[in-house]
Amino acid sequence: MIKQNFKAITGNQAASESMRQINPDVVAAYPITPQTSIMETFAQFIADGRVDTELIRVESEHSSLSACVGSAASGARTITATSSVGLALMWEVLGVVSGLRLPIVMHIVNRALSAPINIHCDHSDVMGARDQGWIQLFCQNNQEVYDLSLIAQRLAEKAFLPVMVCQDGFTTSHGVEKTFILSDEQVKKFTGEFKPDRPLLDTNNPTTYGPLSLPDSFTQIKKQQSDAFNNIKKEYLTIAAELSELSGRQYKLFEEYKLQDADTAIILLSSTASTSKAVIDELRSQGKKVGLLRPIMYRPFPYDEIAKALSHVETIAILDRTISFGAKPPLYSDIQVSLKNKTKLQSYIFGLGGHDTRTDDIKKVFINLLEKKFLDEPQFLYEK
Amino acid sequence: MNKDIHIGAKLTTPGSSKDYKTGTWRHQTPMVDKSKCKDCLLCVQHCPENCIKAKYDEMSHIDYNYCKGCGICAYECPNKAITMKKND
Repeated sequence: MIKQNFKAITGNQAASESMRQINPDVVAAYPITPQTSIMETFAQFIADGRVDTELIRVESEHSSLSACVGSAASGARTITATSSVGLALMWEVLGVVSGLRLPIVMHIVNRALSAPINIHCDHSDVMGARDQGWIQLFCQNNQEVYDLSLIAQRLAEKAFLPVMVCQDGFTTSHGVEKTFILSDEQVKKFTGEFKPDRPLLDTNNPTTYGPLSLPDSFTQIKKQQSDAFNNIKKEYLTIAAELSELSGRQYKLFEEYKLQDADTAIILLSSTASTSKAVIDELRSQGKKVGLLRPIMYRPFPYDEIAKALSHVETIAILDRTISFGAKPPLYSDIQVSLKNKTKLQSYIFGLGGHDTRTDDIKKVFINLLEKKFLDEPQFLYEK
Repeated sequence: MNKDIHIGAKLTTPGSSKDYKTGTWRHQTPMVDKSKCKDCLLCVQHCPENCIKAKYDEMSHIDYNYCKGCGICAYECPNKAITMKKND
């Protein structure tokens, strides 16, 4: 066991703490619930002289990410954060960031999209952005927010791809937990110095960012961007292994909880995994072979690795925290592709707009699975 | 097609637009009758692509590598020295 300091902090403070230690050159952000306190805490670090980051205050999220594009292209290490409709307003710029291969790290504190307006957690914001060329990591708790932020920084700068570090609004972002923190020196050494690719401020090597590309070259450029994702899983595991030498905490592409001998399993993202583990422990004590698989890296999606981990499981429920209107929900669809339709799956939709998902709800899912009750349409998990 | 595309499609050689000819977009071509031209240079000022070149105070030539055949020069010429010829 490696001796480490810990703090009692929220998920948002864990994000701010990682940013303080990474000490980015530029941060541009616009306040939005529930992300606001990441930037509040970080702005205090700047005011107190604990970091030497340039904080750019802007008039909207479209501008905040646009300012990040400028700073990252100029060669500055750049971090931002947003939630929900803020992410939606960044939409146009999300593709610019990934298309220009700018290694921006963005904290996403998941919150439902409007309308109706709702400030609480679901994954409709970030799931809509899953095809925008960003790597997506989903955190279960405050410790993961801290650890995965450090991994994300390295991964982004290694691959020249942007990374979203997602945590559940309020449940994680505003919940206080014991969080182990590495020393400032360790983080400084781990993240190292950012070596930008052809930065605009390098006037000896003039570079054009974002030129026009006509049909003769566009597909080739997009193929190159798509190929950049081929190595990401390997790079992530290497960086995560390096961090685990400092922290003792292991991160894989996904977490398996009591899955090895399970015949029945559920799959979901982020904080609700903790609730599910409590249910699994209870059902295990009654002799039921149940388990959990929780994807951490959602884009790129580890299709083959997940298929292998689930190869022995007979019945599976996938719980999505978003709707894909007129279609099967995203996580369900990805798992279905992984398993090539070989395993019987049940889709659930849960926790929309912060609706509480309690142990009883998860138990209901497991009982349906154990009784082999399958229903065609995605089932909405809530009390009527 | 360029085989070595830099990541993010960044252009690492300055002035590369000189190698990227856009005149092929043209479907009609401005033709100059120098016997009618009075070198007023209105066409030089009006060309949106800066394709009509002046040498000292004379209209010199049209750079067909970049001319897109918009016809503004022919419209503006007070002496009808420029006419638009349909491409074959």
